[in-house]
Amino acid sequence: MHVHRFEKLWFGASLVLIVAFIGTIVYGAIGPGVAMVGDDGGTIDAATVADGDFGQTDNFRSPGVYESSDGDGVDVYIVARQYLFNPGTAQPIEVPRGEEVTFHVTSADVTHGFNLAGTNVNTMVIPGQVARFDVMFDETGEYGIVCHEYCGSGHHTMAGQLHVVPQSQFDTTAGGDN
Amino acid sequence: MATGHPDDTSTLSEDDYVETEDGTRHRSAFVDRYPEAARIVRICLGISFAAFGVGALFGLIQALHRTNVLRVIPSSDYYTLLTGHGVLLALVFTTFGIAGLFQWASTRSLGIEPTSSKLTATWLGMMTVGTLLAAGTILAGLFDWIPASADVLFTFYAPLKAHPLFYVGAALLIVGSWFAGASYFLQYREWRSENPDARIPLQSFMVMTTMLMWYISTLGVAVEVVVFLIPWSLGLIQQVDPLLTRTLFWYFGHPVVYFWLLPAYVIWYTVLPKLSGGRLFSDPLARVVFVLFLILSTPVGFHHQYTDPGIASGYKFVAMTNTFFLLLPSLLTLFTVVASMEHGARQRGGSGYLGWLKALPWEKPAFAGIALSGIMFAAGGFSGMINAGMNINYLIHNTLWVPGHFHLTVGTAFALTLMAVSYWLVPQVTGKRLQLYGVASLQPYVWFVGMVLMSNAMHRAGLAGIPRRTAEPQYDQFSFQAVAGSVGEMRIQIAIGGTLLFIGAAMFLAVMLATWTMGKSNSQLRVNGYLPEPMSGATDSPRVLDNLKLWAAIAIVLVALAYGLPLFDMVADGVLSPGSVPVPA
Ligand code: HEM
Ligand SMILES: [Cu+2]
Ligand SMILES: [Cu+2]
Repeated sequence: MHVHRFEKLWFGASLVLIVAFIGTIVYGAIGPGVAMVGDDGGTIDAATVADGDFGQTDNFRSPGVYESSDGDGVDVYIVARQYLFNPGTAQPIEVPRGEEVTFHVTSADVTHGFNLAGTNVNTMVIPGQVARFDVMFDETGEYGIVCHEYCGSGHHTMAGQLHVVPQSQFDTTAGGDN
Repeated sequence: MATGHPDDTSTLSEDDYVETEDGTRHRSAFVDRYPEAARIVRICLGISFAAFGVGALFGLIQALHRTNVLRVIPSSDYYTLLTGHGVLLALVFTTFGIAGLFQWASTRSLGIEPTSSKLTATWLGMMTVGTLLAAGTILAGLFDWIPASADVLFTFYAPLKAHPLFYVGAALLIVGSWFAGASYFLQYREWRSENPDARIPLQSFMVMTTMLMWYISTLGVAVEVVVFLIPWSLGLIQQVDPLLTRTLFWYFGHPVVYFWLLPAYVIWYTVLPKLSGGRLFSDPLARVVFVLFLILSTPVGFHHQYTDPGIASGYKFVAMTNTFFLLLPSLLTLFTVVASMEHGARQRGGSGYLGWLKALPWEKPAFAGIALSGIMFAAGGFSGMINAGMNINYLIHNTLWVPGHFHLTVGTAFALTLMAVSYWLVPQVTGKRLQLYGVASLQPYVWFVGMVLMSNAMHRAGLAGIPRRTAEPQYDQFSFQAVAGSVGEMRIQIAIGGTLLFIGAAMFLAVMLATWTMGKSNSQLRVNGYLPEPMSGATDSPRVLDNLKLWAAIAIVLVALAYGLPLFDMVADGVLSPGSVPVPA
């Protein structure tokens, strides 16, 4: 098979480019530690979530913001349903600056999205699954939460807020049902 | 011997004329040689273009609605139109367009008519009925008094539920396309029985590798629809696992983009070099590219699920690696396409480092449209690399960036290529000379400018966090912050770009309609179907390239490796759990 010299060169350059791309991503994962949403949130009975009866599940508590059991940072439990985030929509979610915030997000009905607009805090919210991920906010401020997965005819009304406050002002009971 | 017609970019081949006994020469266009295949191509293109017209109208309404420029529907109906836009354009316009192109390519390169008219009637019938059912249930959603709707978007994720007929329609469209593929394979088999030792003609090779990829990948969506969604929408099973059905969808959802793209590549490899005034560089390399697509296209779907909970990061990583290797055949194509254009330009007397670009026939609609779609695809490929990056993806997942990206790929690389090649092909399958030539010459540029505006603004809006698939430009609880430019300016660009695109679509349809209705059959065409031989022919390549069984087997093994474990994980706890009841119930 005859392959032109330029074609060979291009082939080689393409391969180098591809390997370099993969390299940057591997670096992102092990260097700066960009973590993925994985399967460690576990599964949950979607009907239980819909009933609001969390007593029977061990990997999800009533929606709200909690001090972590290990005393380090906070845990935020969020339930998305047509067309609100609880907490988030009726009252803003409040988290402290500079601490590890672990989100646990699940859905009571259809698939929703959970995105802090303009940031890479972004996950799908799939019924039966708990999306679990850690975020550290370095600065205080307010973020918009938007449902970015079509979830029904009121999809465009589904939004909320998250406030990052100084540790001194943080109060675990704020912004949750608990 | 050029005939002096404006579209003659290369000499007519002697094959294009037949001599009768009295010594007169008659035209021998595709329609004259293969009347049956030409009829099938006409039917496919007709339905494809009709779907395109309706879909483009919905696109215009969306672009104006979500930017708050003009609102003709209530926001709750936005999703009905968006479902229609996605289904009519991404599924119907494409599938029928491809079926037509492939029927042409297969027939032309093998030199024989389709073998079974029963089979033809079957697949045309299934695909048409499927389209009518799906489109009908979607449109019924606009009318409260019709008890059917399908506002589930073209991704139709459970537990959002559509009317059962919507799923039946989707299944018929896909299974119909399987039979269309069978018809191309039968044509090949007949050709093979008469040509036992010859190499597979290039276009037929491309058609068959693409269809093999399509068979492997549509299996996922077929299982999703037939095993889960149809019984569930009929109430036969009470719940489905949203993550499992979503995974089956995306198993098909990425390869489908190659099903859209490869027919464009068929045109770029086999027709564009001729339209540029030259010939393809290398037939063997084109085959390598198609084989790579067959092997690599399917085991990548998890890259649409980077942000899904319930799937281990390791599987996502494997999909990402595969995705990046899938860049290889596209990068090779980029090289070949540009090199072929340059070669053509130099044959036409172009010279200089970049000066040759001026020698290309930019005033001719077929060439201009295909070349412009290639340029836009390069930009789309770039934003696609961003999508593929596991960690960068988190910034843009489900934002307007994503439609910004695929309006460059399927919405331009495929769509504009199909429109442009129609300026060359429709005269050959109708026997009628292209009408409204001036409108046709301008049309690719209108589409190009419209897409530059709409798509660049969509990409930037995505970076600002503006979601896709939403009827409202703004939310009550916060406002979006633009990274570059302002949000208001992006909205204007989307609205203007969308309007220009619609005008481009209307211009195209006007040319087609005029050609079909006003053109005289049997006219002297301005185009001819002669495709010059590649510089390096099929015989230069190792025979193993033609071993389609081998490549299909490798593709299946790779799919099993990438999907075996994750799918096993999902069904290990029961296929319907963790389940979810239908919404609306
Ligand atoms: C007249 C030309 C077109 C216009 C004005 C247009 C406009 C739009 C707009 C504004 C959206 C975003 C809607 C949203 O996310 O809220 C959209 C989505 C989409 N467009 Fe287009 N478009 C056009 C042509 C095309 C073509 C030619 C294709 C494919 C062949 C296409 C395929 C899609 C798909 C698949 C979606 C996503 C649907 C979904 O998210 O469910 N569009 N279009
Ligand atoms: Cu939602
Ligand atoms: Cu939503």
